[in-house]
Amino acid sequence: MGVGTRGGRVAPGLPSDGGFVSTRAASLLERAANWGRRYSLWPYPFGTACCGIEVMGVLSNKFDIARFGAELVRFSPRQSDLLIVAGNISFKMAPVLRRIYQQMCRPKWVIAMGACASSGGFYDNYSTVQGIDKVIHVDVYIPGCPPRPEAFLDALVLLQKKISQERPEDHPRPEPPWPPEDARPRGADLFFSAGT
Amino acid sequence: MPEAPATRPGPEESAPEAAPESQPFPLRRLRERFGPDIVLEAHARAGDATAVVPRERIADALAFLKEDRELSFNTLTDLAGVDLALFPRQVEGFGGDERFQVVYHLHSLSRNDRVRLKVRVPESDPTVASATRLFRSADWAEREAFDMFGIRFEGHGNLKRILCHKDFVGHALRKDYDIRDRQWLVEPDTLEDELSPPPAPRGGGGDEEAEGDDLFTELMSVNIGPAHPAMHGAFRVLVRLKGETIVKAVPEIGYIHRAFEKSAEKGTYTQVVPYTDRLNYCSALLNNVGYCAAVEKLLGIEATERCQAIRVIIGELSRIIDHCVCLAASLVDIGALTNFWYLFRVRERVYEVIEALTGHRLTNSFARIGGLAADLNPGFEEGVRAVLVDLDSAVKDVLGLLAKNRIFHERTIGVGAITAEEAISYGFTGPCLRACGVAHDLRKASPYSGYDRYDFDVPVGENGDAFDRLMVRFEEMRQSARIIEQALGTLPGGPVNVDDPRVIIPPKEEVYASIEGLMRHFVLVYDGIRPPMGEAYGFTEAANGELGFYVVSDGTGNPYRVRVRPPCFYVYSAFPRLIEGGFLADAVAVLGGLNVIAGELER
Repeated sequence: MGVGTRGGRVAPGLPSDGGFVSTRAASLLERAANWGRRYSLWPYPFGTACCGIEVMGVLSNKFDIARFGAELVRFSPRQSDLLIVAGNISFKMAPVLRRIYQQMCRPKWVIAMGACASSGGFYDNYSTVQGIDKVIHVDVYIPGCPPRPEAFLDALVLLQKKISQERPEDHPRPEPPWPPEDARPRGADLFFSAGT
Repeated sequence: MPEAPATRPGPEESAPEAAPESQPFPLRRLRERFGPDIVLEAHARAGDATAVVPRERIADALAFLKEDRELSFNTLTDLAGVDLALFPRQVEGFGGDERFQVVYHLHSLSRNDRVRLKVRVPESDPTVASATRLFRSADWAEREAFDMFGIRFEGHGNLKRILCHKDFVGHALRKDYDIRDRQWLVEPDTLEDELSPPPAPRGGGGDEEAEGDDLFTELMSVNIGPAHPAMHGAFRVLVRLKGETIVKAVPEIGYIHRAFEKSAEKGTYTQVVPYTDRLNYCSALLNNVGYCAAVEKLLGIEATERCQAIRVIIGELSRIIDHCVCLAASLVDIGALTNFWYLFRVRERVYEVIEALTGHRLTNSFARIGGLAADLNPGFEEGVRAVLVDLDSAVKDVLGLLAKNRIFHERTIGVGAITAEEAISYGFTGPCLRACGVAHDLRKASPYSGYDRYDFDVPVGENGDAFDRLMVRFEEMRQSARIIEQALGTLPGGPVNVDDPRVIIPPKEEVYASIEGLMRHFVLVYDGIRPPMGEAYGFTEAANGELGFYVVSDGTGNPYRVRVRPPCFYVYSAFPRLIEGGFLADAVAVLGGLNVIAGELER
């Protein structure tokens, strides 16, 4: 699995105990910034559905996300830099999600947690967006329904590896277009909204 | 005489009229009051008294059922629409040519009786009188029936879509709406149309009813959600504030609408079970069991003794962890973070036990129609007993922090109080209703799965405020532990699956070794279970209250309609009533105690 945004990978032979040595970051300042950013992520658990409960499990004492530096959850896009979309996103929620993402400051990262956020899950229907990457940019996808907390922590470590390889030009990420290409306007429905 | 349907004889013409004494009591009283033509069709299949009533008389019939002293059907438990476009009309209750039906499930708490009324609604004129004047629970249920089927309820007052978004064109649960027909929403709804026009800003010299009105005053609207700090899910409330006091609140739901009911029509009955996990995802096993029990009711089969006892054990474990989440999250919202760690530790310990049994922590899909996916694993009993010890100490710890805590009392006592009559009118069930002082628990009132064999109490509150709603849950966890201990002690032996070739896949030895076994397996996997044509409403006491499944079968392996009666849908519809007049911070305290799980609320 590639960990850099441009297809770069952690070179073989590097120590695997967490001391990621970046191969792309040019200067010491960049490496230091990446180090600081990846070990002090401030997550925003955007928990909509069942995956939100597993996020709560990761935050709590058995799995303890604090070991990875990401314990300071902030439920405000203005104060966080890691958006964890945990749960399915319906079409009603999609503009809200996009607005929340846009309100976050750079650099920001997104984890699509679970099958619903990654691809719609087994909700292949009229109300579920088939993957949040149609709405916002995603850095890491976690499969599972819901993913185990260990899988979530694995994704967090993967994201940390990815951040270690970043350059300044990697932010802002390219965003999908809005409105999406397949959003076709419909005619007004006579029955759509009724008064008394 | 009811008009005969044009194309086929109605059931009432071919079958002889049942003798009056054998009719269910509510239908007899209806006929006595309105005459025999009030009931177009009637049946009592699966034990549910059902009557089809003429559309223009439904308001009178509902009013009579509610107000008559001998009937006192004081709750409209559920209101659902059904699209009969593809339904074979050969069974009682589904006669006539009209495309839609509106199904009313009424419940009398005092007499512990239920009745189902149905109304035929033609496609050319899809209107029915609204029941909101009689039952507050009809408010949101009618909005959903409008949203999903396009049925209009006259006199409703706010007939707006509730689950699908404002730009949605079409009606999703109609049989001609393709399930994959996706529609994007570009801009969220402002909801300003529901927030009635604000009072004109008052200026100096105007009436000075309240403090501060002598100066120019304009009330502010604040949007809470759908992304907000309380870890409850995606709810949105638009509030109009006067200072910190909420003057008017307009909730919006549908942010996690996942088309459960439409998806259920797609596969087989067994394939619905994973979708039920994700309804109330904090207590997935209770949903599995509730759904399977409803389909078993339609099939007319009863689970084995061992299966019932195991369902009780896993159901009560589920109830415990659901209450843990509710309490943990509510207390975090009030500011008491420590309890979150204590209660989640219990949840993790229960997860270990459940994971060893079902293979998954959260979304188990463990119950099957006619039984369970597997029998108990070795070590289950020891694991559960250890968990109950942990639970006891955690509850003691948390109550030690809370019971005499002045801040907790001030934040929750008297906050969001509701009377029992109002709660019943809104369709409350479960802990929120018991917090109002109504000792109604389906495990006692209509025992299922052998609950009448176990000795347990039903905790009841006094004032129906946030404090009572939380405290009732603590006590319910203790009672659940009692039930589990008794069930473990008296666990019967025997098979866990019912011995019925219509529903249970044969064991692998038979599938691989005999032609009959192979064929049975093939048919059950491909075609699915085929309940007889008809309808049934199966209900269980889930963690939030009465979780009902109204299942309509057309005789094939695909469910024709699976309507979920979500307990927190009706509880949350009272949310504006609970928070208006209170402070903004109280709204958070109230929301926690209601335990609104979005998966169940919006399906």
